[in-house]
Amino acid sequence: MIELAWLIPVFPVIGVLINGLFGKHVGENAGPIASGMAGLSFLVVLGIAGQMIFGAGGSHTIPLWTWVEAGSLSVSMSFLIDPLSTIMLLVVSGVGFLVHVYAVGYMHGDPGYPRFFTYLNLFMLSMFLLVLGDNYLVMFVGWEGVGLCSYLLIGFWYEKQSASDAGKKAFIVNRIGDAGFLLGMFLIWTLTGSLTYTEVFQAAPEMSAAMASAVGLLLFVGAVGKSAQIPLYVWLPDAMEGPTPVSALIHAATMVTAGVYMVARTSPIYVMGPDAMSVIAVVGALTGLFAASIGLVQNDIKRVLAYSTVSQLGFMFMALGVGAFTAAIFHLMTHAFFKGLLFLGSGSVIHALHHAPEEQQQDMRYMGGLKDKMPITYWTFLIGAIAIAGVPPLAGFWSKDEILANAFFTGHYTVWIMGTVAAFMTAFYMFRLIFMTFHGEMRVDHHAREHIHESPPTMTVPLVILAVLSVIGGVIPGFPPEGGWIHRFLAPSLAKMPAGGHAMDQGVHLMNAAAGGGHSGPAVVLLIVLAIAVAVGGIALAWYMYVKDTGAPRRLYRSIPGIYYLLLGKYYVDEIYQACIVEPTYKLMRGLWTFDAKVVDGAVNGSSLITMVSSRFSGIFDLRTVDGAVNGTASFIRFFSQVFKYLQSGMVQNYLFVMLLGIFVMLSAYLFR
Amino acid sequence: MIPMTHFLVLGAVLFLIGAMGVLMRRNAIIILLSIELMLNAVNVTFVGFSRHLADMTGQVFAIFVITVAACEAAVGLAILIALNRDRTMVNVDEINLLKW
Repeated sequence: MIELAWLIPVFPVIGVLINGLFGKHVGENAGPIASGMAGLSFLVVLGIAGQMIFGAGGSHTIPLWTWVEAGSLSVSMSFLIDPLSTIMLLVVSGVGFLVHVYAVGYMHGDPGYPRFFTYLNLFMLSMFLLVLGDNYLVMFVGWEGVGLCSYLLIGFWYEKQSASDAGKKAFIVNRIGDAGFLLGMFLIWTLTGSLTYTEVFQAAPEMSAAMASAVGLLLFVGAVGKSAQIPLYVWLPDAMEGPTPVSALIHAATMVTAGVYMVARTSPIYVMGPDAMSVIAVVGALTGLFAASIGLVQNDIKRVLAYSTVSQLGFMFMALGVGAFTAAIFHLMTHAFFKGLLFLGSGSVIHALHHAPEEQQQDMRYMGGLKDKMPITYWTFLIGAIAIAGVPPLAGFWSKDEILANAFFTGHYTVWIMGTVAAFMTAFYMFRLIFMTFHGEMRVDHHAREHIHESPPTMTVPLVILAVLSVIGGVIPGFPPEGGWIHRFLAPSLAKMPAGGHAMDQGVHLMNAAAGGGHSGPAVVLLIVLAIAVAVGGIALAWYMYVKDTGAPRRLYRSIPGIYYLLLGKYYVDEIYQACIVEPTYKLMRGLWTFDAKVVDGAVNGSSLITMVSSRFSGIFDLRTVDGAVNGTASFIRFFSQVFKYLQSGMVQNYLFVMLLGIFVMLSAYLFR
Repeated sequence: MIPMTHFLVLGAVLFLIGAMGVLMRRNAIIILLSIELMLNAVNVTFVGFSRHLADMTGQVFAIFVITVAACEAAVGLAILIALNRDRTMVNVDEINLLKW
């Protein structure tokens, strides 16, 4: 079964070809075709995963063909199936398939229906390449491919100015990260002479800490772009202009986690470079806190979820930074379940409010009381919210708590505090969203009210499946903490932090030993209690402010308007970027344009003037001298031929006479010389 | 024994008469006849030298010349007949198509 891994990306290719080339003829069948292809890929993945999980496991390379062979650089197109890529494949193809099915209902009637599913399958193909590649170059191809699909799908409704702007923004911001990824690849090749994972990681232990950190930081720049971390996170909230299934699949569950996957994949290099790890931990924690705080006050349902995604990605990087690679991948998986669920749920809500005015469809201030109108959406959404808030035994608790515990036990206390605060905010803003959307009185536009309805089964069935996964997706693979199935399964793929690598770790280990030995004992219990308290506290606060005492938010805003506007304006990061980067770039561009218009064009026009003058002179020379010589020869010949032509009398006797005369003269000359 | 000079003088006189005929007469047939006369003047000279030098080569040459002259006369007469059929003329000064 594992040898059939090449089939996984083949099905989406077929889908792309059918829907892309014959979209007009396929019409409404595009959705089922694309979903079927995604489903077939999912089946193959299930087979492979079954063999990997219940069979021997291990790591398998499936070579397909040699791709680049130039000098000492040799890159082959081959796939790597190991525990890490198996987990990623399950997430990508599973959530991808569900989103395809959901989109069949959600996108129904859209004029770009076949185009949408072409892009969606193209995305699946790129994502599979990214995950399956056994070297950095194949990963990069997938990396760029998902970036392209992200651009295409964000700008799917390109007639809308904001959508096409958001697409461009995502693409341009991602380019910055991609440049870092490329440089990181160059450095890896310079250091190890290879791009294949196995060979690079064999050489990794010989790297100096500085070089390993340099590689790590460059690759992390790529991850920062793709996974929307500070300072390149700005594109992700704007990416919500795309259709909601796209937000669920690309901007929550799969593509944005590519950076996490890449860092986890590169873990053998990262453990050699502690400085890079620290940077990742700090950036992750900052992003987690920063984005969560923005999410507190946003009113657009999808933007809340977008900032939540940025924040949760921050959690994953926090985990990577403190060396808890398994926890990061675990959180990636659970996050894919519940954030995919939340996005699809919000899509269901937006779908129901289809008849409301455009600017009110996604605004929570114009929702409320939807609980009874759409029960399936409500209950699944509630499960997703509880899962992300971190209430046991739902999925989010196990992975998030593991990240925070790892941060604590490796001595990153600042990171741990920031993470805990962010977790509190997460619980709060998620339930603020729930209460504003589904509870309280209905504030929907009157015309739209009678059109509110539960979504069709193609949309609710994926919701239910994802809700089930959000319930059991954490406890089954992750229990008991730090010793669950997923830890044993992923162990061969991920590097371990060297014990006692940091001076700080030493102290921590001593302290842990004093506190009851290792990762068990009173400290763990305390952390778990604290995590649950934080989650429940956030929910309770949201309940108090948005159900019990609905005047509270207004009073709070009155007392601290500065902070409120700072958060509502998203810390004015977009405006700062506009002023510090975009405007200077425009200025530089205008300056260069002036230079181009004045100097470059001047030089070009000047040289053309010189050419014209010199050609005028050479034209005169040609007319007078060269033509004169030619015509002179001709008229010379014509003049003399006028004279001599009379010799040709046509009379044979004349000729004979001249001939005889000649002979006579010659003979005379001969005889009388 | 007839001296060599007589042969040469006879040949020269016959040749001159023939040449004058070619240059001055207008009738094409007369011109052809004059050419025959010139050829025969040459023959007389050949035969005279052959006798004088006691060498048969000159006589063989004379026979060749007579043969060629017969061919030439045939070709020339054929051309004349063709011309005559085409334009009904025999005078060479009317044949001036090759004029400038």
